[in-house]
Amino acid sequence: MKKFLTHRLVWPIAALIALIAVNTISRPSFLSITVQNGQLYGSLIDILRNSAPLMLVALGMTLVIATRGIDLSVGAIMAVSGAVALTIIEASPEPGNLGVVMIAIVAAVGTALLLGVWNGFLVSVLGIQPIIATLVLMLAGRGVALLITKGFITTINSDPYQFMAQGYVLGLPFAFYVSIVAVIVVGVLERRTALGMLTEAVGINPEASRLAGVRSRGIIWGAYIASGTLAGIAGILYSSNIMAADANAAGLYIELDAILAVVLGGTSLAGGKFSIAGTVVGVFTIQTLKSTITFLGVPPAVSPVFMAAAVLVVVLLQSPRFRSFFHAAGRSAARPLTRRPDAKVLS
Amino acid sequence: MTTLTAPERGAASSTSAYRRFLSRHISWVPVFAAVAILIIMIAGSMAYFPNFQLPRIMSSILLDNAYLLVLAVGMTFVILTGGIDLSVGAVMAFTGILCAKLLGDGVPVAVAVPAMVLIGAAIGLLIGVLVQFFDVQPFIASLIGMFLARGLAFVVSLESIKVENDGILWLQSTRFSFAGWYITPTGIIALLTVAIAAFVLRYTRFGRTVYAVGGNEQSARLMGLPVVRTKLSVYVISGVCAGLAGIVLTAYSGAGYPLNGVGTELDTIAAVVIGGTLLTGGSGFVIGSMIGVFVYGLIRTIISFSGAEQSWTRITVGALLLLFVVVQRIIVSRSALSR
Repeated sequence: MKKFLTHRLVWPIAALIALIAVNTISRPSFLSITVQNGQLYGSLIDILRNSAPLMLVALGMTLVIATRGIDLSVGAIMAVSGAVALTIIEASPEPGNLGVVMIAIVAAVGTALLLGVWNGFLVSVLGIQPIIATLVLMLAGRGVALLITKGFITTINSDPYQFMAQGYVLGLPFAFYVSIVAVIVVGVLERRTALGMLTEAVGINPEASRLAGVRSRGIIWGAYIASGTLAGIAGILYSSNIMAADANAAGLYIELDAILAVVLGGTSLAGGKFSIAGTVVGVFTIQTLKSTITFLGVPPAVSPVFMAAAVLVVVLLQSPRFRSFFHAAGRSAARPLTRRPDAKVLS
Repeated sequence: MTTLTAPERGAASSTSAYRRFLSRHISWVPVFAAVAILIIMIAGSMAYFPNFQLPRIMSSILLDNAYLLVLAVGMTFVILTGGIDLSVGAVMAFTGILCAKLLGDGVPVAVAVPAMVLIGAAIGLLIGVLVQFFDVQPFIASLIGMFLARGLAFVVSLESIKVENDGILWLQSTRFSFAGWYITPTGIIALLTVAIAAFVLRYTRFGRTVYAVGGNEQSARLMGLPVVRTKLSVYVISGVCAGLAGIVLTAYSGAGYPLNGVGTELDTIAAVVIGGTLLTGGSGFVIGSMIGVFVYGLIRTIISFSGAEQSWTRITVGALLLLFVVVQRIIVSRSALSR
């Protein structure tokens, strides 16, 4: 039981369950899922579908944060990616052609990958602080997106492209499959190989891990490339959802939501330790919170106060000092030191 | 070390004097670089745009960016300790619109203005407490402050509130002119903030502690400096500046608007970084941040002069930020080698 309570996913999952409980009590239909034309409908399905872009971005952000970095440019990369894809489709004579859409998607994700390479170069080679290195692209990226769309909001009409965000496969939204595949790919790469451990080593101490023979530069660079690429895919999902490339609005503030999701999932911003499962829980928590805020009839503009309160609670729960304060007040006899795994060896 | 190597250089005494000057004032070098770039930009614009009148343009840049200057002063304190404050834009919006609302309800200026500064200080204190006592990262703690302040701004009003109070409007409408230069009370407030902050950082014990904490927090603690109090104070100072900036912006635009200052925190950080303050803390000057704000303002003015599009404004700002950061990086790595 103690082991269960000290598992780091306990608090994030507890927060998510509490949110779902609040929703179910205030609106019993929250959990119900109906079938129409072989497609599933319901609040939970909406959450799965709408969380896909944030899931992709947060996944990349997890890797970057694990290397002790931060990527503020993801929103701008989403804008660029959407602009590239839609400009290509718009320019082609057959916007509905599957081949054209495929080319557009590949070009957009490729561009996003290059932007990730750029971020990684600034951070890992030039040694610029991640927050400023990515701030450069955050400021300039939307300008690039505006250049690509020539300052207009490009709109298109293309069924295959629309399918990306709005289509259904086997009853579930296609966007959800995209995000799940990304989670599985990243999860397998990071946890079934040594890559995850090396990433954490770099996050704990880049210099020490370099001396120990870890190619820290490549790992840090790779994290930014992954983050950029995933943001590119998220940009496609976003632009497919509204079928327009809006350089100013696409991915606005998603970097903050993504960082929050990662932190809510128990990953420390100090780097060196990350949890992909935690990020997934964090993303669902934020998406559920947003849907709750909408449902409770809170004017969308006031929702930041609720976000602030919710994040404050979770952050305090995760604060060791806040927890030890209550531990000390609750039971002063049980010293946390004796619960350390190496305590047995010593005694 | 200088005395040992001096004989070897021999005739090249002018370069060694130059090097000695640089090595003694290494932390000022980024500020000098910013000043140099500012001068080059001004000279270039004067040559290129025939109707670029220096006094008028520089005065209007100060006028248009007075709120940014006030924010940059507070941000400099936070960044000097190695922290960051993302809440400033939202706090500015919140205090601005609340001030407009209170004044509209008939609250006297003498009550409303200090109240806004106090509210800014309270939000700053909240962030400082989270950072200092609950080990929350400054990034996340100030993000909470940002969400809170932005939401509260919308709670006050969803639409802009016009200010009709004479006292506040006076801040903007009065112009003291001198030989083509002009300044408004908002500009004076901004410059006074810079002067006070520069004095505090340079000549007080608190100022030196700020640098010490940013240089190495552990050492500062071991030296017996009041680290906790200092780190709390810088967030309070940043909050006070944000509250003040809210009033300045409200006076400038003649109205409070809840969507004011979206993204201003990043403009502020960019200006501070352009001014030569290191994000790792421990090195930088308020004067540098002021230069940074001027550079930032001049970039925008030049771009609007040349009639370029919004897209190029953003790209240029990003590129210039990159330039400054790379130059800074080179300077830092050199100074690290020379030690």
